[in-house]
Amino acid sequence: MPDFNIMEDKLSNAQIAWRAAQDIEDGSYVNLGIGFPEMIAKFQPEGRDVTYHTENGVLGFGKAPKEGEEDWDLINAGKKAITLNPGASFFHHADSFSMVRGGHLDLAVLGAYQVAQNGDLANWRVGTKGVPAVGGAMDLVHGAKRVAVVTDHVTKDGGPKLVETCTFPLTGVGCVTRVYTSLAVIDIEGGKFILREKLPGLTMEALQAVTGATLHTDGNVLDLIVPEDL
Amino acid sequence: MDKTISTVAEAVADIPDGAQVMIGGFGGSGAPIELIHALIDRFRATGSPKNLTVINNNAGNGYIGIAAMIKAGMVKKMICSFPRSSNAEAFNEKYLAGEIELELVPQGTLAERIRAAGAGIPAFYTPTSFGTELAEGKPTEEFDGKMYVRERWLKADFALIKGQQGDTVGNMTYRMAARNFNPLMAMAAAKTIAQVSELGEPGSIDPQQVITPGIFVDAIVEVAQPQQEEVLVRTGVVY
Repeated sequence: MPDFNIMEDKLSNAQIAWRAAQDIEDGSYVNLGIGFPEMIAKFQPEGRDVTYHTENGVLGFGKAPKEGEEDWDLINAGKKAITLNPGASFFHHADSFSMVRGGHLDLAVLGAYQVAQNGDLANWRVGTKGVPAVGGAMDLVHGAKRVAVVTDHVTKDGGPKLVETCTFPLTGVGCVTRVYTSLAVIDIEGGKFILREKLPGLTMEALQAVTGATLHTDGNVLDLIVPEDL
Repeated sequence: MDKTISTVAEAVADIPDGAQVMIGGFGGSGAPIELIHALIDRFRATGSPKNLTVINNNAGNGYIGIAAMIKAGMVKKMICSFPRSSNAEAFNEKYLAGEIELELVPQGTLAERIRAAGAGIPAFYTPTSFGTELAEGKPTEEFDGKMYVRERWLKADFALIKGQQGDTVGNMTYRMAARNFNPLMAMAAAKTIAQVSELGEPGSIDPQQVITPGIFVDAIVEVAQPQQEEVLVRTGVVY
């Protein structure tokens, strides 16, 4: 087997999204963050009934409408046009965030700049320059029964995004429970990264070398297998 | 109790300099564009109102609505969660030049602060922002083993909101996701001014369908064919 090249052999965003989608349970209420996490809905396994929530006051939305058929009073938190599934509902912002903070969502999936081994998340700004914008990220990390992150395992420069302590401004403390990366699936339990799955061609040592904190194991580490062409 | 006002110009006529104004809407949906533009018209004609503090989820998009207010120089401060938008040039220019203040509030906290003001609750605890820079200087407390941040209510002198159906006593409905912050802001302002697409007599709205009861609304004006913010932005309209 040829050597594993971390930048070339890693999973694409679509493959990471596919893997995250496999864990969405039948009958669950889910909020997918703006951008990359939204892609997860595309890979929802058949036969599972999932209700999607968006912060601006819609529960039970479906696919994007065809171009030209948008109704701009029917949008998601990313300000993109959406459609409704049967059983959908509208509500105001305070009810919407009651669903979030009140523990009514089963799963929230967000993107990340950094995730720390204790579950701290940094995903809203990288420095002090420019115009800060937080939106609903700081609310979404609290209340959902599971808070997962989808992310590349490393930065564009190859630096770790999974770290001992976040250096970027925090979105929330101790909030992330599982991370789906381009190389691995990692749980956060008791202040530690617990490796659950890794790409089959990747050695434990190579994965540890691009991770900024110690990877622990708890039982078998499974192969992270996803469809090739997504 | 007829709360009808016949024109948008009259509806916004008594908003003074320095007022704190909530404006409904989220992104391109639910913004009372005609009320905002009437306020801009007044400013252009008379120089007032200026030095406004505006509360909205965003800080304007393109060159219409709140963005046009900012561009015109009427806004001293924005209280919002997400000042970025597809074209946030109006806000960005003023902010980076130090000509406009920004109070950044997490979206759920913003909604709850407004709701609390409308409900007569001066402060509340939320897990949101605990341990982050947005909680700096705020009291924290542990409840049942978890840490929370104390947040204050957020009131306004005026709220400008948009609904679908309304009646002359101020009952309102909203169109789809254009509801967003509108019903909360209606409760939290000393004076709430609403524009609706259809204004009818009392009884014209099925009481079971009312979202905002008339007690929260002080003035209501019909704008039969309202402009939609996202459509204006996408067609490049400049106000």
